Amino acid sequence: MTQEPLLRMEHIGKEYFGNRVLADVNLTLQRGEILGLVGENGAGKTTLMKILFGMPVIKETGGYEGKMYLDGKEVNFDSPFDALDGGIGMVHQEFSLIPGFSTTENIMLNREFTCYSPLVELFGERLQTLNRPAMRQRAAKAIDTLGVRVDPDMLIQEMPVGHRQFTEIAREIDRESTKLLVLDEPTAVLTESEAAILVKALRKLADSGIAIIFISHRLQEILDLCDKILVLRDGMVIKEAPTKGTEIRQIASWMVGRTVEDKKQDDAVRVCLEPILRVDHLWVDMPGETVRDVSFDVCRGEIFGIGGLAGQGKLGIANGIMGLFAAGGAVTWKGKALKLNDPHGALEAGMAFVSEDRRGVGLLLDEPIDWNIAFTAMQVQGRCLKSLLGGLIQWRDDVAMASLAQEYIDALGIKCVSSRQRAVELSGGNQQKVCLAKAFAVGPELLFVAEPTRGIDVGAKKLVLDTIRETNRHKGTTVVMISSELEELRSICDRIAIVDEGRLAGMLSATASVEDFGLLMLGAGKGPEVAAGVR
Amino acid sequence: MKKIRAFIEAAGLPRVIIGGFLVLLFAVAPLAQISVARSVSDTLVRMAMNGVMVLALVPMVQSGCGLNFGLPLGIIAGLLGALLSIELDITGFAGLFFAMGVSLPFAAIFGYGYGLILNKVKGDEMMIATYVGFSSVSLMCIAWQLLPFTSPIMIWGYGGSGLRVTVSVSEHWLHVLSDFLSFQIGNFYFPTGMFLFLAFMCFLVWGFFRTKIGTAMTAVGSNPEFARASGIDVDKMRTISVVLSTMLGAIGIVVYQQSFGFLQLYTGPFYMAFPAVAALLLGGASVNKATLFNVIVGTFLYQGICTMTPSVINSLLQTDMSEMIRLIVSNGMIIYALTRKVQVKR
Repeated sequence: MTQEPLLRMEHIGKEYFGNRVLADVNLTLQRGEILGLVGENGAGKTTLMKILFGMPVIKETGGYEGKMYLDGKEVNFDSPFDALDGGIGMVHQEFSLIPGFSTTENIMLNREFTCYSPLVELFGERLQTLNRPAMRQRAAKAIDTLGVRVDPDMLIQEMPVGHRQFTEIAREIDRESTKLLVLDEPTAVLTESEAAILVKALRKLADSGIAIIFISHRLQEILDLCDKILVLRDGMVIKEAPTKGTEIRQIASWMVGRTVEDKKQDDAVRVCLEPILRVDHLWVDMPGETVRDVSFDVCRGEIFGIGGLAGQGKLGIANGIMGLFAAGGAVTWKGKALKLNDPHGALEAGMAFVSEDRRGVGLLLDEPIDWNIAFTAMQVQGRCLKSLLGGLIQWRDDVAMASLAQEYIDALGIKCVSSRQRAVELSGGNQQKVCLAKAFAVGPELLFVAEPTRGIDVGAKKLVLDTIRETNRHKGTTVVMISSELEELRSICDRIAIVDEGRLAGMLSATASVEDFGLLMLGAGKGPEVAAGVR
Repeated sequence: MKKIRAFIEAAGLPRVIIGGFLVLLFAVAPLAQISVARSVSDTLVRMAMNGVMVLALVPMVQSGCGLNFGLPLGIIAGLLGALLSIELDITGFAGLFFAMGVSLPFAAIFGYGYGLILNKVKGDEMMIATYVGFSSVSLMCIAWQLLPFTSPIMIWGYGGSGLRVTVSVSEHWLHVLSDFLSFQIGNFYFPTGMFLFLAFMCFLVWGFFRTKIGTAMTAVGSNPEFARASGIDVDKMRTISVVLSTMLGAIGIVVYQQSFGFLQLYTGPFYMAFPAVAALLLGGASVNKATLFNVIVGTFLYQGICTMTPSVINSLLQTDMSEMIRLIVSNGMIIYALTRKVQVKR
């Protein structure tokens, strides 16, 4: 094909507040071609699509680098409306439908067919009446194009999610000018049969000349549907390849496989002495991170990693065991049953938790650093308290608090004016260190660390990870680390469990190959060789 | 200019405006043939009268329950204590402390129920609190009619049953606290006893917030999720703070009554919360952080305006502007604080 491609993106780059999320991305798309865009969470897929669609957030954060050509003409969309006019349709991860409106009304929203009514003479065009039969016909045609059966008169709120998804796609293809359709994880909410219908419908659309960019974590779909795939990792294009002749395993390794850095092998073989924590059929009702049925053992003195894609339930495990969200199942701690749904009990038993939600749960933003660090230790273990009147009054000992805080400020290198500085004034990395210090101050035997490096810069990342490793090696603290970044887990953990859809997909040694991890994360690795790792 | 701006930022704009206005009023007082010494004295008396009620707001603000618009609940408990003390005909300090002592269990019970309600409406505490306050006042209007008090001082002279709208404390414990160790220099009268008592209450509240439980309460107000993750029972802390606020409110009204001379029943407690809230906000507190410094400064400024405007403005303008200014200041302050979550530095 030598003709001018429909879409050409050249050297696209983007920085959010000094944090580079996209660098030098090139992409070309022909008419009727389907491109599969894959990558881990945070690889830059969504940002790339936001740039394409002219989302205001891009402009507000300083625009982007590079150039985009649509039909050979350079374009730079100021707003999604411009992008729509330019012929780009987008189906979002979140539904943008009006629940109380019918399918037809949603599909035809703002493009309604209207009839003349006498009131127009008086009040203008806004008082035209709707031509419902025509709208219904048009909507039915759009739905037909997809090859699905959706009642055009049904209210959105009464529909199964699959139908909502189809409605949204129908709306985008109904625009006559639509030349390019972007689908951001359209199959995530669909059942397998629905997804198959969608794949067929998209194929049909592509044959009619519409180009499609398809984002999905389900690699099999990508292989079934797309003509070529583009793999993003850390904001860079890792691989562009035709789907013909590509295997899932290859894609998985492109997605997650960074060049494995020198993994510190300070102690070559660490033997599992005894299980300190035993989790049996745990379920946790944490919104967005539901854990359905998870069982595993954590050995005394190890660093146990829990990985997986966002929203699959890995965060729910720690939050559930620490009693922050409703949980059930059995957790055995040092041979004794641990009472669930009781944060105080979990802390008292000798566990501590560094929450992934640093600003929401991890810190008292308006209070000074010493309060943040000493508070939990004071409330749970009675540290930094003086007894007055024979123990009748538990008096706060500010001096002890300050010296406890100072100890950790020095040990972890927290950059601050003094221990009286308010936590909100610190940078993300230093806030994370305060959170760690808070957990260390309790002197835990088991430390849960959730997403310890999220939103902090590279230098701070290394420090935080080193601190965790140090605590494990020198104080003998058992660590359960939960992270979306597989490389981070592999660099520090002994064993890594991968969670997928609220269940354990498998457990691997940190030295296992990247591809195996990738497959587990994508829920494709149900093979016998990995299943053996699960208890 | 920079210094002025820094000062305004540190002190908070409303405090600067009201403070300036108050200084101006004192400055022009002699022109209106008003004794400055008497004015200062009046301001101090009113400050000490209202101080404990303003202080009563602090525990709830600190625990994140917002401003205690349900203060009338505590006031009702205080009224019950005061009525019982008069009914039993106890005079002097004994009567005053009996009134306070008896009102505390009532306040604790009311506060506990009130706390349970507020725990069910997290995020909307202040609106619900206002209605709790209003409805409890209305309910008590019935109770004042029906309660079987018999002391002739306080029941209606005709009929012979039901409590009067105002009940005098002059025969029992009028000014017992105010006059304790008080002194007079010319026109200047200083109610030492009330100030000592206010200082003592402030000390108790200060001390409470330095204990383990007080620290936990502050953390709950600062970030309930953090507190929960640290093993704190958030609802329990909030309930304790509401109980404390209500008890302080009960003590506050008794102090107020011994200085004012009357118990105001029926709709008397209706709007009692608003001046207290306005004073606290004027002192620089925000909806979720309040210090004792805010209490003292705020009460002084607010009561200063309330004392000075009637005398000074009225005699200068020959018209009754005082009530309007008082309403504008108190309600304006509340609106200002609720719309802008500004917190001054100290």
